[in-house]
Amino acid sequence: MNIVVCIKQVPDSAAKVVVDGGQVTWGDAPLVMNPWDEYAIEAALMLQEATGGEVTAISVGGESAKEALKTALAMGCGQAILISDPRLEGADSQAVARVLATAIQKTGGVELAAFGKQAIDGDMGVTGAQTARFLGWPMLSLVSSVQAGGAGIQVERTIEEGRQQVESKLPAAISVSKDIGEPRYPSFMGIRKASRAAIPVWTLDDLGISAAASAVRWPEVVNPPAREVKTEMISGDGPQDIAEKLAEKILDEKVL
Amino acid sequence: MSGKILVYIDQFHGAALPASWEVLSAAYTLAEKLGNSVAALALGKDAKAVADQTFQYGPEEVYYCDDPSLVDYRAEPYTAVIVKAAKDLNATVLLFPTTTRGRELAAMCAIDLGGGVMPDVTAVDVEGGKVVASRPVYAGKLVAKTVCETQPAILTTRVRAFKKPQGDASRSGTPVRLEAVMPESEIRSKVAGYAQAEGGVSLTDANVIVSGGRGVANNPALTPPAGMDDKQAEIWRAQQGFKLVGDLAGVLGGAVGASRAAVDAGYIPYAHQVGQTGKIVSPDLYIACGISGAIQHQAGMRSSKVIVAINKDADAPIFKLARYGVVGDLYAILPSLTEAFRKRLGK
Repeated sequence: MNIVVCIKQVPDSAAKVVVDGGQVTWGDAPLVMNPWDEYAIEAALMLQEATGGEVTAISVGGESAKEALKTALAMGCGQAILISDPRLEGADSQAVARVLATAIQKTGGVELAAFGKQAIDGDMGVTGAQTARFLGWPMLSLVSSVQAGGAGIQVERTIEEGRQQVESKLPAAISVSKDIGEPRYPSFMGIRKASRAAIPVWTLDDLGISAAASAVRWPEVVNPPAREVKTEMISGDGPQDIAEKLAEKILDEKVL
Repeated sequence: MSGKILVYIDQFHGAALPASWEVLSAAYTLAEKLGNSVAALALGKDAKAVADQTFQYGPEEVYYCDDPSLVDYRAEPYTAVIVKAAKDLNATVLLFPTTTRGRELAAMCAIDLGGGVMPDVTAVDVEGGKVVASRPVYAGKLVAKTVCETQPAILTTRVRAFKKPQGDASRSGTPVRLEAVMPESEIRSKVAGYAQAEGGVSLTDANVIVSGGRGVANNPALTPPAGMDDKQAEIWRAQQGFKLVGDLAGVLGGAVGASRAAVDAGYIPYAHQVGQTGKIVSPDLYIACGISGAIQHQAGMRSSKVIVAINKDADAPIFKLARYGVVGDLYAILPSLTEAFRKRLGK
């Protein structure tokens, strides 16, 4: 099965992200592949191992996003493509989804598009569904397992109420939940291969589309209001005494 | 401005999700500022009953569609009905609760309607005729003010961020039936089965969450059954600790959460993880037991109303967020705390 995995480069989840002088900064924390996207790659590689075909990683971003794509290659993806264009600066989810859908069509012969649950920077969690909608493909979100069979795929989805089994024809799009299993580490051979790989860069002109106006703007990003909390330490004469005091305090808060 | 604010009432197997009522609050705020009225829409099996119930929470009009093609939730036929209703009603704003379904429906409707999507918002307003919303980003480490430049504006509201409107059982109305839009033959997926989640309160809806971290395994006094290797013994210890966490959650009618460290160590399934790569929660009471408070955990729970931390390490960062802190052994404190609440709450 030929699969495209759409990935994003983001600041590491351990980064202390703050707004400083109107700019979002994360100190010297590294930029990494969005952690949720690793699960999408894992799902794609498992499918490829079962069915053959090619896994291609695609990312929209600046030149630095090549590093995230190299991680994808080192994990075992066969190809990587960077889509980079200054006209995509400030693009909203819809504009990015349109670019990804066009790139998936240009790649040709793609039967499945895989996405992470959401990117840990913008926390939008809509790009997969929007790309699927542009392509006219069914969207199966938050899959915890996926198998190829017959003319399509069978997935299990994790939803709030439980687990749903869904069958879909191909082509289709999925987003992948953490329940798929631990993503593999890049292999030594994979890292060597990735370090030598030339990653093609596509512009909007290469895709034959113009820059779309963004429907949503983010004029301002601020630090959250400080949590004004005065911590009261509870001590006492042994665990029972402490527990009694703490229970009283909590009941006084009237939150139960 | 003429037009309507359309609210999607999310339901599962005929029961509306409480988060759906909260969405109506956000709708009323926007309706007042835009001079719009509020309409609600329920889809799926027995959607009429959900629609009937929806009147209690105050919308002027309620629509529903109960069709064989909508019995099992699938994004495409649901989107098609919502998009048609939004066009027919001249919707200026579409609102959904931030659930798995709500988020993906909002995403897809935005494509069909050419509107902007703002998922998981915590506050809404109107400036210069445009819908603006606050969205936590970077897992709540920052807050983005977002503006929708096109119509309709499409938002999902974070669960528990808006207050549920007071229901009034005497309010009623006649919901309007809509037709399905996509014939079954055009729908490319099929739901083959469903298994309900194992009992317990869902983390995102919970009023109270009691969470455990690495510290729950830290009881050398316990002797694991013979024949376990070190890792098995560690997990066994952790499970004894999580039993105490679960007992307290049980007495408080709450849910059990966990830190990423506890999940990664194999102590408890991922479904319980609170934090940047788990669930983002904001209960009224969050009790963190044996959790140091890594930045990515804080991101998932810092908007909880009252935070209580129990930890052996007095320097644990979690105490900086906590209203009440106890430096001590959770194995000693938790059973006493459970007992203290059992007594006081008459359970």
